[in-house]
Amino acid sequence: MTDEAQKTTYAPGTHPDLPPPLASTGAIRWVRENLFSSPTNIVLTVLSLYLLYVIIPPLLNWAVFDAVVDATSRNECWEKGSGACWAVVVIRFDQFMYGFYPVDLRWRVDLAFVLLIFALVPVLFDNVPYRKIGLMYSLIYPVIAYFLLWGGLGLEHVESAKFGGFMLTVTIGVAGIVLSLPLGILLALGRRSDLMVLRVICVCFIEFIRGVPLITLLFVASTLLNYFLPPGTYFDLLLRVMIMVVLFSAAYIAEVVRGGLAAIPKGQFEAAQALGLSYWKMMGLIVLPQALKISIPGIVNSFIGLYKDTTLVVIIGLLDPIGLSQAVLADSKWQGLSTEIYVFIAVFFFISCFAMSRYSIYLEKKLHTGHKR
Amino acid sequence: MAAVEYQEPGFRISQIWSDKRSRGVVIQIIALAALFGFLAFIVNNTINNLDQLGVETGYGFLWEPANYDINQRLIEYDSRSPHIRATVVGILNTVLVAFSGIVMATILGFIAGVLRLSHNFLINRIVYCYVEITRNVPLLLQILLWYGIIVHTLPVPKKALEPMSGVFVSNRGFAIPRPEFEPAFWAVFIAFVVAVVGAIVFKSWAKKNQEATGKIYPVFTINTAAIIGLPVIVFFLAGMPATLDFPALKGFNFKGGVTVRPEFMALWFALSVYTASFIAEIVRAGIQSVSHGQTEASYALGIKANWTMRLVILPQALRVIIPPLISQYLNLTKNSSLAIAVGYMDIVATIGGISLNQTGRALECMSIVLSLYLAFSLFISLIMNWYNKRVALVER
Repeated sequence: MTDEAQKTTYAPGTHPDLPPPLASTGAIRWVRENLFSSPTNIVLTVLSLYLLYVIIPPLLNWAVFDAVVDATSRNECWEKGSGACWAVVVIRFDQFMYGFYPVDLRWRVDLAFVLLIFALVPVLFDNVPYRKIGLMYSLIYPVIAYFLLWGGLGLEHVESAKFGGFMLTVTIGVAGIVLSLPLGILLALGRRSDLMVLRVICVCFIEFIRGVPLITLLFVASTLLNYFLPPGTYFDLLLRVMIMVVLFSAAYIAEVVRGGLAAIPKGQFEAAQALGLSYWKMMGLIVLPQALKISIPGIVNSFIGLYKDTTLVVIIGLLDPIGLSQAVLADSKWQGLSTEIYVFIAVFFFISCFAMSRYSIYLEKKLHTGHKR
Repeated sequence: MAAVEYQEPGFRISQIWSDKRSRGVVIQIIALAALFGFLAFIVNNTINNLDQLGVETGYGFLWEPANYDINQRLIEYDSRSPHIRATVVGILNTVLVAFSGIVMATILGFIAGVLRLSHNFLINRIVYCYVEITRNVPLLLQILLWYGIIVHTLPVPKKALEPMSGVFVSNRGFAIPRPEFEPAFWAVFIAFVVAVVGAIVFKSWAKKNQEATGKIYPVFTINTAAIIGLPVIVFFLAGMPATLDFPALKGFNFKGGVTVRPEFMALWFALSVYTASFIAEIVRAGIQSVSHGQTEASYALGIKANWTMRLVILPQALRVIIPPLISQYLNLTKNSSLAIAVGYMDIVATIGGISLNQTGRALECMSIVLSLYLAFSLFISLIMNWYNKRVALVER
């Protein structure tokens, strides 16, 4: 049979294609091209394999295989295993989530969070059913959230001093994001306005805020604001912090949006004016939709920055997850477990920030209406 | 039919709003009035509050003794020194950590950015993971994490690790030898200056010669050899006029040498690792922004690969890289204010922290801190604007 096949002769040009050499297809080809294509490449591959060997197994041993999940104190942990002591996170989990929010009222926080997800969906994705109704719900969500978290309308009042943990982070983060975008856009428009006074005010404001670290602004909020307000005015610390965070983030967003506005050709403005559109119609219908589209990556980066910066509130004494961890670490039962707690908090932040950056990439792709090679 | 006579409309109050120019004036007047009203409100309240509290104001307190100690300092300072000296110590500490952070972040960032473009799958992914993890975790957390690792996992000074002879790593910080210079050391310094001047002269001569004759000289190799080699030769000729003061364990801590405290190490590592991941992305985007046609055209002209990089790609990529790079440097400097979380004594921790708490002069202290940072930022943005103008593409 095989002899027969080999003896078959073909007219010139009619021989069927031979399969490609084994080394140029499939996994072998991939390895050759991506890992061993040149001497430098081979060195890099060996180095990175070594790096992985050095990092991954000890890390896995520490975090998973030798880790202890249930124990009641640090010493019990260390007797049970040589790895991470996740027990501290497990036992204090509720505190890390809610801070000192009253235990019997925590359902309100959970409910607010679930409602938040429902409010986000119609804003983030435009192919969900009943999007119009959803958007209206998203608009009134802040009011609902306010009453759920702080109480009122028959719900028991909760002081904001009791807020803490990731709940505090999410509250400051979401409020900051929602409020700083419109403010940032207004500042950017002011900075490019023809009216000299408005322009100077906006430039001074933006440059001042961008020139100093957030921490100093938070210090100003906690130490100086009492001087600036009429004697006897009481101003909630959380509210002060939120205002500062919003102002801070708005200045950065303004710069990003200004970049987007600068990229819009002059012809767009002129065409809109030639059509007789008023300033706000020109901006709202023609210029901003294009400018914001260009600035999406920058805006989302500012949001991520704002979200990460919420951790700074610990320095003026609010109990965000890091603030709570200081309290936990002061407990003699759990002393010295800072790495475990910080890694746990880091994972939480990584998940939320990474999700935001992925969403921005998705949005960029979706809005890309031009021609990309 | 009587023709309706055209009447020049009289002045109506609504005209002010419907005419674009007068509307602009009105808006600006309102804005200005609101701003001044707001400022007057704040100043008035502040004066009232200060009166009520009976607080003294003024910057005179800066010359009073500070009564607190600073453990990491670059200049002489003790607890009897005035607040103003504490402020200077703070400024120097901020500059120190910002400068070392910038150097380390640039090196790490450029390496990571170039590796991120590598065709090697493994290294590419490793760098990607590094960039994403560090970028998406708050800096404050990273500082605390590094600090925790240094303080809790490194051994006590008695059992300090000794990776090189004379270098001790313990949870009290890194003890390294300190060079002590003898008077003859100035010869080495002069040699260094001479080498640098010579290198600059040689470079301009080589460039002129190349433009005239086309001959290319190995400028970089020769200059590096001169700048490093000449001082070293002079150092040995002068009979090695410097000795190293080695740290040694005395009691519970190290004496002699230089001790780099754990607060500084944690802050420095965290700042550089965090900023480096941003720089890596900037470098990657910059190199990718140069169109592939440039490389192909350069190869078509017969230019070698490393020369293509140096003469064609990098000059164009740097135009994209430098502005965001400088703003990252600025961010790093501002982020160094997080030092207060681990107790590193920078500006915010000295004048804005302990001095403020001891004297209660919140207004004065915060104004000093804010204006210091502001001055620094404005200075950097001036430099950046100048650079942007210089390298901007000149079109038509």
